[in-house]
Amino acid sequence: MSALYTRTLTQLAEGLRRRSFSSVELVGELLARIEKNQPLLNAFISVTAEEALAAARAADRTLAAGGGGALTGVPIAHKDIFCTEGVRTTCGSRMLDNFVSPYNATVVAKLKSAGAVVLGKTNMDEFAMGSSNETSFYGPVRNPWNPQLVPGGSSGGSAAAVAARLVPGATATDTGGSIRQPAALCGITGMKPTYGRVSRYGMVAFASSLDQGGTLTATAADAALMLREMAGFDPRDSTSVERPVPDYVAALAEPIAGLRVGVLAEFFDQGLDPENERCVREALKVLEGHGAKVTQASLPNLPLSVPVYYVVAPAECSSNLARYDGVRFGHRCEKPRDLNDMYRRSRGEGFGAEVKRRIMTGTYVLSAGYYDAYYLKAQRVRALINADFARAFNGVDVLVGPTTPTPAFPIGAKTSDPITMYLNDIYTIGANLAGLPAISVPCGFVQGLPVGLQIVGPHFSEARVLATAHAFQCATDWHTRIPVGYA
Amino acid sequence: MALTREQIASIATLARLDLTSSEIPVYQESLSAILEFVGALERADTSNVTPMAHPLPGLTQRLRPDVITEGDGHERYQLNAPQTAAGLYLVPKVIE
Repeated sequence: MSALYTRTLTQLAEGLRRRSFSSVELVGELLARIEKNQPLLNAFISVTAEEALAAARAADRTLAAGGGGALTGVPIAHKDIFCTEGVRTTCGSRMLDNFVSPYNATVVAKLKSAGAVVLGKTNMDEFAMGSSNETSFYGPVRNPWNPQLVPGGSSGGSAAAVAARLVPGATATDTGGSIRQPAALCGITGMKPTYGRVSRYGMVAFASSLDQGGTLTATAADAALMLREMAGFDPRDSTSVERPVPDYVAALAEPIAGLRVGVLAEFFDQGLDPENERCVREALKVLEGHGAKVTQASLPNLPLSVPVYYVVAPAECSSNLARYDGVRFGHRCEKPRDLNDMYRRSRGEGFGAEVKRRIMTGTYVLSAGYYDAYYLKAQRVRALINADFARAFNGVDVLVGPTTPTPAFPIGAKTSDPITMYLNDIYTIGANLAGLPAISVPCGFVQGLPVGLQIVGPHFSEARVLATAHAFQCATDWHTRIPVGYA
Repeated sequence: MALTREQIASIATLARLDLTSSEIPVYQESLSAILEFVGALERADTSNVTPMAHPLPGLTQRLRPDVITEGDGHERYQLNAPQTAAGLYLVPKVIE
């Protein structure tokens, strides 16, 4: 049996259930691909080959006995932001280089109980702060479509691994676009659920009112399958929502005829690459061709979403990252003179440049005399943006537009100017501020590089967002393209 | 608004971050640029708008009964600690 790696997560789960191949065969094939491609792509921080093979053997025994869950024997990878018991969890930072998690994140535990086999932990921007995967302590990840280019971030390792078919699905997190933007830049499907849908327990905190776990997979059907197993109420996350999880896989069959699709005027601004726009406009025609009713929609305050984000996210980050003090876990400097020296040097050495920038921005906007002008003001504008979305969803079922302004850019091109880098997330941040579910699906290519179509829905409309994406993928084949050299 | 060297040093002190002398001008420039960028928020009319602290409007923080639900895992947790003794975390002497 060869070339299992080209199959989707859904096909692999089915093949394993039918016992057309074994989990050990599949895991072995993918581990070999990971090993071969790691020197170039750098998509992984840790590869847990032995544990994976042991779990695959156990999965094969379960399947042979006629048992198993939805993902028994299916290989996945976790973004290195999810705590995995007994396995190093670094969050892409020197600060946590030596941190071996004593417990599993809820997402990790749920996927494990569904039978998934973990191949390793993927590379990411440090503490998920970045849009290019260049801020990782473990070095940049390269885009499988062109190794000179970034894969996007912060879930760049998960995205590159799925795009290069090193693994059929990976977990990821999205605070301002960190699932959808790398999905767009790597030509795969990235799903960010409603805030509170997936537990944040054991997911290293960056900006707690924005962080949400989700999936990177080849297809929307795969995302539905993975998300169904990951989502759900968790008493250990105080903002987890007590609400039953629909069967996202069953809901994929929902037709899109009659679906009211709003095209976001603000997403077609001067920053949008004309070729990206062409791909997105053609995608709209596809949806229309399948009976969707496309209308114009507008969110007048959306252009302020990036400024809101760069107050709110750093503020929450400065508070969350205060826990890294060199006392209980994480990096501690050598020979501290006193407690304060230990805090300052441990943090100065343990955090990278972008993380320090955000901690300081957050410290400033929360400091006495500036709190009202920056933080409270941003929270008020956030309310305006949220109200814009609520109004728009009175008239439409989903909102669509591009995921990113441009395709993938060269490594190093935007590292010297933080604001240019921040503007990569101009179309994705709104969904985080309002806590909405959103997906990015491949919708074309510009000079050989993938372009993403973003579909945003009202709170808890994951089923409809996934079904819309699935209908689009049934009508197109962009999501089946594999980068040259990995096919 | 441009931040001074002293302001950057004071923010770094508040944030307990040791910065090298070469890092200070870098953050002076980028934090000033970020503050100018987020200054765009001033233009939005937010009179009578309630600040939004949670992305799901109307949802309140859930409370749980005040009972112990976790076992004692301190030995396991302290495996990650830089320095411990007798079940305690060791830090530099605070009081002479």
